[in-house]
Amino acid sequence: MSKYMMHILVCGGTGCLSSQSGEIVEGLKKAIEDIGMQNQVQVVKTGCFGFCEKGPIVKILPDNTFYVQVKPEDVEEIVSEHIVKGRKVERLLYENPESKTPISDSKHMNFYKKQMRVALRNCGFINPENIEEYIARDGYGALAKVLTLSQMEVIEEVKKSGLRGRGGGGFPTGLKWEFAYKNVADQKYVVCNADEGDPGAFMDRSILEGDPHSIVEAMAICGYAIGATKGLVYIRAEYPLAVKRLECAIAAAREYGLLGEHILGTAFSFDIEIRFGAGAFVCGEETALIHSMEGKRGEPTTKPPFPAASGYWAKPTNVNNVETFANIPVIFLKGAEWFSKIGTEKSKGTKVFALAGKINNVGLIEVPMGTTLREVIYDIGGGIKGGKQFKAVQTGGPSGGCLTEKDLDTPIDFDNLLAKGSMMGSGGMIVMDEDDCMPAVAKFYLEFTAEESCGKCTPCRVGTKRLLEILEKIVSGRGTPKDLDTLKELSEVIKDTALCGLGQTASNPVLSTLKVFEEEYIAHVRDHKCPAKQCSALLQYRITEKCVGCTACSRVCPVGAISGTVKKQHTIDISKCIKCGACESKCRFNAIVKE
Amino acid sequence: MACEGCRNQVTQALYAELEAFIDALPEKKGALISVLHKAQSLFGYLPKEVQVFVGEKLGVPVSQVYGVVSFYSFFTMVPKGKYPISVCLGTACYVRGADKVLEAFKKELGIEVGQTTPDGKFSLDALRCVGACGLAPVAMIGDKVYGRISSEEEVKKILREYE
Repeated sequence: MSKYMMHILVCGGTGCLSSQSGEIVEGLKKAIEDIGMQNQVQVVKTGCFGFCEKGPIVKILPDNTFYVQVKPEDVEEIVSEHIVKGRKVERLLYENPESKTPISDSKHMNFYKKQMRVALRNCGFINPENIEEYIARDGYGALAKVLTLSQMEVIEEVKKSGLRGRGGGGFPTGLKWEFAYKNVADQKYVVCNADEGDPGAFMDRSILEGDPHSIVEAMAICGYAIGATKGLVYIRAEYPLAVKRLECAIAAAREYGLLGEHILGTAFSFDIEIRFGAGAFVCGEETALIHSMEGKRGEPTTKPPFPAASGYWAKPTNVNNVETFANIPVIFLKGAEWFSKIGTEKSKGTKVFALAGKINNVGLIEVPMGTTLREVIYDIGGGIKGGKQFKAVQTGGPSGGCLTEKDLDTPIDFDNLLAKGSMMGSGGMIVMDEDDCMPAVAKFYLEFTAEESCGKCTPCRVGTKRLLEILEKIVSGRGTPKDLDTLKELSEVIKDTALCGLGQTASNPVLSTLKVFEEEYIAHVRDHKCPAKQCSALLQYRITEKCVGCTACSRVCPVGAISGTVKKQHTIDISKCIKCGACESKCRFNAIVKE
Repeated sequence: MACEGCRNQVTQALYAELEAFIDALPEKKGALISVLHKAQSLFGYLPKEVQVFVGEKLGVPVSQVYGVVSFYSFFTMVPKGKYPISVCLGTACYVRGADKVLEAFKKELGIEVGQTTPDGKFSLDALRCVGACGLAPVAMIGDKVYGRISSEEEVKKILREYE
């Protein structure tokens, strides 16, 4: 990269591309050419910077200037001011929310201060479509080193690092490799699970989009360790950009002799193929994933046999998640000892989270294990949107649970989250505020699992449906206190009897919200009230004395439920009101309340 | 509108392309899902005739083909609209009001999720997480992402772009 004096990095992650970062890249390239500086200034479309809230992001090196919410029409000013005259465009800098002063260097932003980027080390830094930029960042150095070690030495190093599976379960990665290594067969497989199904999680996608070579390299390392010559990436067809970048990376690696026959002149051969998922959450479960790769319905089977003994086409198969693989090259470059110093006693390294919901800084973050939820939500996340009250944070997606105020100082790791009734999951972290109704949130997750249940085992197929029906009854105001007992009992039964992880954890959102927010459930079934004022069936609209009689509400009401005379307080006929909320959004005096 | 004969020709060409794709596969075993992906990209959806054709070419019972098609949400047996609309119902979008966005699309188009408008212009689907959670709530029309959809008015405005 020495040839250029300056680099302009533009985020090419999905969030930023959706807000025209593609046009910004084109505009910058053209503007740089117009002033004849294309040999001094390089424009790079990178992977995700993580700060999705303020996208599109444009970063300028070497001075590390961080521009936020850039629009295509800002391009000219960036080039003429910053590039040509060396003056920063102040209005595009990130503003410190407390001091209201602009921050130029991203290193000084709270969002980045507490982060530590291991799995995301290259995301937002290199051009993911250029293998040389990856190599310049020590890429494929780990593979070269591994090829000089014995298979068992490689496995020992991974074991020593303490790396645990990042897909949710947290199984020790080195141990998993060892099982696959010890099973003798004529053919073994390495599978990368990129079927990210948790709604609200996009870390695997961002890694594949921002640093695809790290996955290619890690899969080759795994192949060498367990004795496999074939790798398969199982990826969602809904991730076109990730697929494209991965295909590009595989092709480049082949061209450079880093995949294919006799890699780096050794006896080791390895190649990677891509397999497309077709939209089924259960396919994140490894046995279901393997069936899907075989062209079948993605239904899970009982373990044992584990895939390490009998997986893809009944051959020993090692399945790891994208983020797990992304950690592998670093472990070999910096050593297992370095890695194992990060994190807590039983959870080593870092974890990537997709931070979303009612939070100021939505984005993709990576923190050392052991960071507290408070640091994540308030320091990195910048607190709750609109100054509202924090209510809960949901981790682990549809298999996880809710953590509340009292859990905020818990260090995040696999075991602590489990002990608190939630789980790490793949890394979705959804923040909720006082306006979120917990029974409705539980219903949202059950809608998801009931729809995604593959139907093979009865507890999951029928049980999730029954849970959903009860929750629907509760949020529509027809619930009875007895329903809460049924919810609990049924949840326990499903947990104990379902076939795979999807079913066994499907009732977690119900159990965890019931435990932590029992009084909210009771308010629904006993008093028929929704404390969060979300369940429209339990709410009534009322016009307060703030009403000035402007008649805007009565004119917008579709069913003629509002009456009153001009300049006098209006009233709503509850028997006619369909609770559409049109009056509330039309009222300019905040005179309409729902209670 | 093409006449019946021309349409048949178009369809024949699609079948020929699908057949060529299947014949070129290095291994037919386990290829069902990739063949269905290809078929859907050619035909736009997977009607019964296409499923029968795929089954025969791969030597797989049609019941198994149908079993796979109906299992995965990506595969559809009804044609999508000219402008397919997908409303994200991921958790991040949900807590920022995605259900209201979906209701607004339903109301404006007069169709339910999984349906296509009678004129074939729009189809409506719900999907889980576009990966643009910073822009929540989000909807996609074709490949274009619309973010921060805050009201029914905005949904109307978006749809007007396609008039």
